Formats: sequence, C-alpha cells, structure tokens
Amino acid sequence: MASILAVDDSASMRQMVSFTLKGAGYEVVEASDGVEALNVAKTRNVNLVITDVNMPNMDGITLIKELRALPSYKFIPMLMLTTESAMDKKSAGKQAGATGWIVKPFNPDQLLATIKKVLG
Amino acid sequence: MSIDMAQFHQAFFEESFEGLDAMETGLLNLDLGDADVEEINTIFRAAHSIKGGSGTFGFTDIANFTHVMETLLDEMRDGRRQVTQIAVDTLLRSVDCLRDMMTATSEGTAIDQANVAKHKEELDNLLHGGAGTQTAEVSQAPGDNTGKRGDGQGWQIVFAPHEHLLRTGNDPVRIFRELGELGGLRAEADIAQMPALADMDPEVCYLSWDLRLLGAAPRVAIDDIFAWVEDDADMAIVDLDQQDEIKGEVSPLKEVDAETAPPSPAKTANPPAASAPTTPGGSEERRKPVAGGGGSNANSGSIRVGIDKIDGLINMVGELVITQSMLGMLGEHFDMSKVDRLKDGLVQLERHTRELQESVMRIRMLPISFTFSRFPRMVHDLSSKLGKKIELVMSGEHTEVDKTVIEKIGDPLVHLVRNSLDHGIEMPQDRIAKGKPETGIVHLNAYHKGGNIIIEIKDDGKGLPAEKLLAKARQRGLVSEDANLGTKQIYELIFLPGFSTAEQVSDVSGRGVGMDVVRKNIQALGGTIDIESEEGVGTTFTIRLPLTLAILDGQSVVVGDEIYIVPLVSIIESIQIKPQMINLVAGRGEVFRLRERYLPVIRLNEIFGIPNARAKDLSEGLLVVVEGDGQRCGLFVDDLQGQQQVVIKSLEANYRRVDGVSGATILGDGSVALILDIPGLLRLAGRNQPLEQRLSA
Repeated sequence: MASILAVDDSASMRQMVSFTLKGAGYEVVEASDGVEALNVAKTRNVNLVITDVNMPNMDGITLIKELRALPSYKFIPMLMLTTESAMDKKSAGKQAGATGWIVKPFNPDQLLATIKKVLG
Repeated sequence: MSIDMAQFHQAFFEESFEGLDAMETGLLNLDLGDADVEEINTIFRAAHSIKGGSGTFGFTDIANFTHVMETLLDEMRDGRRQVTQIAVDTLLRSVDCLRDMMTATSEGTAIDQANVAKHKEELDNLLHGGAGTQTAEVSQAPGDNTGKRGDGQGWQIVFAPHEHLLRTGNDPVRIFRELGELGGLRAEADIAQMPALADMDPEVCYLSWDLRLLGAAPRVAIDDIFAWVEDDADMAIVDLDQQDEIKGEVSPLKEVDAETAPPSPAKTANPPAASAPTTPGGSEERRKPVAGGGGSNANSGSIRVGIDKIDGLINMVGELVITQSMLGMLGEHFDMSKVDRLKDGLVQLERHTRELQESVMRIRMLPISFTFSRFPRMVHDLSSKLGKKIELVMSGEHTEVDKTVIEKIGDPLVHLVRNSLDHGIEMPQDRIAKGKPETGIVHLNAYHKGGNIIIEIKDDGKGLPAEKLLAKARQRGLVSEDANLGTKQIYELIFLPGFSTAEQVSDVSGRGVGMDVVRKNIQALGGTIDIESEEGVGTTFTIRLPLTLAILDGQSVVVGDEIYIVPLVSIIESIQIKPQMINLVAGRGEVFRLRERYLPVIRLNEIFGIPNARAKDLSEGLLVVVEGDGQRCGLFVDDLQGQQQVVIKSLEANYRRVDGVSGATILGDGSVALILDIPGLLRLAGRNQPLEQRLSA
C-alpha cells in the first residue's frame, strides 16, 4: 500500500490525518515541521506528501521546494493544507512545486477522497 | 466512512491552550511601533493553528472568532497595520475570551455568547474602524451552489500543460480520470510539440489535449478538477451548447469511461476535494461534534513527556531485566563460592532500581515556566492599573519541578508577586525622589539546591517596615508590649493569621487571602518560606520546596518500640546533651541552652504517648535539633537509626489527618513508620504557650 508523509505542527491535525489515512490502509509517516519532514524524506521514500503551510522551523512551501529538488521526489504528489482565503499561499506553493491543496477545514471523508484521486 | 472526531479533541484542546499561552507571551513581548516580524509571525501561527483545528473539529464559534483575530494579526504581519497599544490590548483581551470559549467547549458547557460578541465587536471595530460584521470564511457554506446545468451536450476543454507540469506531481491521467466521473470523456492528444526521441527529456510534458466532456456536468465541477493546474497550463473551456461548431475533427484517440452514464444531479454532492466546503454531507459531519463531543474526555489529566525521558526509562528497565536474569542464573546453581558475585549483583540491582525510580520521578517533572508564564501578563496588567513602572525579570524557568508542585504553587506565587507589585514597588515619582531608577524590578528566580527547588521573588521596592509591622502586631494583640523581637522574627509576623500590612485593602492584593494562607499552602507541599528585607532596598521571599512529593529524605529515629521519620531538611543537628545545659523554666517547660540560645524540648514519647521509651532522663537519649516555621526546638528521642529515602504514603487518604504527622511510610522490614511534620509538632507542643514566648524561645 502507498505510504504518505503527513507534516503538521499541530499534533491533533496530525493525529486526525494519520488516523484517517491509516484507517484506509495507507502507511503514514508523521513529521511536525519542515525540517523533520525533510530528514524523513531523505531516509525513505513515500508516495505522497501532505503538509501544513504555516509551521515553525521550516514552512510547508519551503519544504515542498526542498523536496522537489531531491531526485526521488521530482514527481511525487505534494499537497498543501491551506485555508480558502490564502490565495497567495496557494500560488506560492504552486511556484514551489506543490501538486495541489486541500482546503481547511476539511473532514476525513474529503481528505480521503482527495488522496484516493491523487494516488489513483 | 465515519470517524469519531471526538477522539482528537483532547489533543486539540491541549495544543490550543498552549497556543493561547504562546500568543499571550508573544503579545506581551511585542515592541510597540517597531514590532519584530518573527514575533508577530509566532502569534499569527498560533491563531492560525487554532482556527484550522477548531474549524476541522467543528468548533465553529471558536473558528469564527479566531478568524477575526487572525485577520488583524495578518495585517500587522504584512505591515499594513501599526502595532499599537490598543491593538495589543484588544488582542490580549481576545486571547482571554478565546481561552474562556475553549474552556467552556472542553468542559461541554455553554459559551458566553454575549462576551464573545462584545470582544468580536471590539476586534471588528479595530479592523474596520467601525461596526462591522465580517462573515468568517469558515462559517458553514450554503449547501449547494455549484450552478447545475440542465441537460446539455457538454464541454470542450483545451488543455495545454506547461512543460513543468509533471514536476508538480500532477498527472494528466488523474485529471482525465476525474473528468470521466462527471460524464463521458473523449480525449485527443496533440503530439505536435513532441521532439525526436533522441532530444526528448522524459521529465517534460510535450503533450496537449483536446477534451470533450459529454453530458450535463456543472462548470464548477470542471473548474475544481483543474484548480490545481490552471496556473501550470493554457486552458480554454467552451460550452458546447453555445458553440456547436468546433474546429477540426474529433478523432477519439483515447476514450476514458465512455460507458459512464450521464451524471445525475446527485453526483454533484460528491465533487472533487477542492470544493470541500460545499459538500452538504461534509457540513453535517462537521456539525456533529459540536452537539455531541463537547468535552467528553477533556478532563482526564494527562502529561506531556519528552522522548528522552521515555528512552531513559526504557533503557533503565532493560538494565534491570539484565540484572534480574543474571541473579536468576546465579540462583539456579548457587554455592558459597558465588557469594561475591551475588553481592555484586545485589549492588547492581540496587543501583538500577534507584536509577529507575529517579527516571520515573523525572516523568512527573515539568519546567517551572508552566507557572512562571502567567506572570508577564499579570505584571503588564497590574502595573498599568497601579500606575507603576515595573519590569519583570525571570530566570531559571527551565528548572524542573514535580507536576503537583506546579499545580499548587501557582496561587501562593501569584499572591507574593501581587504583594511585591502593590506594596513593594513604589510609585515612579517616589522612586525618583529616592534616587532609584523609575522602573522597579521584580525578579522571579528558580533553581535547584540540594534536594530542593528554591523559588525567589525579589523586588527592589521599599522593603518591609519592621517598626510598623511590630506596632501593628502589638495593636492587634498578637505580640505583647514588652516582647523583644529580632528583625527576622518581626518579618515572621506577617505570616500570622489576621495580619495585613496594607493600610488600605486594594483590589490588587488583599483579597482576603493573607500571607498565612500562602505559608499554609507552601507547607502543605512540604516547603518553607523565608523573608529577607531591607528598608528602602527591597524584599526577597525565598520558597524552598521538595523536588518531589512522593519521596522524602528522612532520618529514622527510635522512641521505645516505634520508629519515626524526621525529614532531613528540617534537621539542623543531633546532639547528646549534658545535664548542665538543661533548664526548667516556669510555665515554659524544659529548655536547653545551645550556643547562647534557649530551645524548647519536645519529648516525642510524651507527645505520642509511648510508654516504654528507654531514655527517661534527657542526658540518656539524643536531641534532634529541628527547625520549622523559623522556630527551632529539640526533639527528644532514644536513638538515631540510618538515613534513607522513604516513599510517602498519605495518611489522609488511608486514615485521616493527624496533627504532627505528615504521612507514613513502609520500612524495609514491612513495618509502618510515621513521618513527622515538624511545624505541626511545634504547634502541637506550643499550643498553650503565648506567642512571644515561642518566638523568643
């Protein structure tokens, strides 16, 4: 089954995402900020990255940019968790190489539907 | 799929409360006019996380409220709005309001909507410079506004991705698959841009597509599917109803889901993810936790433990298991030749058990900053209320203390800091008149010393007026007119019940909780409090607390057949006394002279009614000189035994409170020993003595 890297500085969001995805049979690796996520990504490969945008140490957009620069992450789908209003974040994220976004607030069904579509 | 969102609530509340504290700290640190962007960013991030979480977990009220705060902070962050005192104060009040909302939600009680509305209006006024009711983005979106079409021919979509599309992780096949779910889809690829095989870069997207989506799919649904890639491609979407003639022949190169039935309106209830808020099912999902999951498990006490502590613990258990198995092997074929190895093993076992015990204790240890963190806000608020200029300096915030101490030391500390602000630090003009800096300093400090944690509250204010204190004590009849007290003993007077130094009770301190309660609370934690003061220079309160409440360093003493534990911190020394040191003073019982001081003798066998004490005459036994509440006395016992760490078992929980005894413990041989409460014993022994005699003893 596909593995997913879930990055969020909020433990409750991480729990929710992780619980939802694991329940659907995905393997989930968690990280609490960009730096941690980057380290995880360098030691193992995942099939999809979901990241929050606003995080301490390294934000989601920088993370995506850094990940895209890694050979094994060139084509990996990367989704940002962002609020509807943050249009500038969306385009900044796209510039950095994000595949797309999931709008907060979302519920587990919406999350799963999106993930399923992206992973096929 | 239905997932019970309530299970994440506790974590959400915990981190939200932390976030609120971070916001408060950040706001207090902001420099007006020239605010640090990173600092604002931290505050913004906290607000943002709370908004995101509360929206996701269905706490719409909180999400809406936080949204307004976030907007304000966002403007400050971008420099579109000045960081003014008014804005900071409003935000601080909003943090309080939000905390109330969070508490109410976590406890499942109703949110004070009037209060929320008041604060929201305050924020709105600030935002718009007038009354405004901004609708938060996270409010429930109307059910379905996707603009359904009637039956139609469908859409033509020209989709020409830029070269880098693949490197954004987007796969055109996924997009086509999604489109196929909306209706019959025909896709024609344009290969005109394809280079020769030798020149081809496999990472570049050379293809473009001409797509036909048949049926009555709504335009919004199509837009949603392309939302992620619209900036990465040239696109045109044309309604086939309005443009019957389409350029060129459509030759189906690839047919995806040609059999898919024309979409029914129900399909729109499950649109692609990007349109999340429009899903009627989704909004229902999100409303549920509000009704049901209020605060189901919000109150189960939990504790955050660092990974390093857990690792240390696991490591220690591993060592213990190794030692145990080694001893086990030794025991299987034991003979006297192995006795040395047995001893070694037992020593190891003891060491590992002790280390394990310490590791377990460390889990309960939290940095004192949990308590200290409330003071910057308090000092900020109170100093402006009092019209004083006060700077709060904190050090040693990372000193670790038992969780129970953290919880219980808060109120006494608040009282002491309030006192320093209210009575200690002078008004700015008075300070200048005395040649002091205009801004007074209150210093909170914590550090470890021996087996104790020391907390100091130090101010550079006017100090305690010894004469005034003494006069007041005399006036209240707490001290007799002729009593001769040292300065230190006079300071001790403020801990007496019914003694208040403030000439007028202000609403800052003096809320009916006196220093006697402060001392009682500290004593309940097994601690002591001392005062040092110099008039005109300042006052220092020193609180000394045990590191943990579960274990105590004790000295075992023998009285008759009984063994008692005296807390090691209370013991000054143990002496054997000569008959000439003893005096009998009328009305004051036995006293003994120790280095020009007369100390009362407390015979433990009399206090506890032990008939078979070996030592009857004072010179036959030992005197353990102890100190409690600043008073010293000699405990008369038969003999001393070893010093040891004892595990405290509560007497109150298992039996009832007993004067002079703070708890019990179980000794190595299985018998029970009582742990003495020295201040309690002193009270018990001196109950019938007038106060000044006790003080001057």
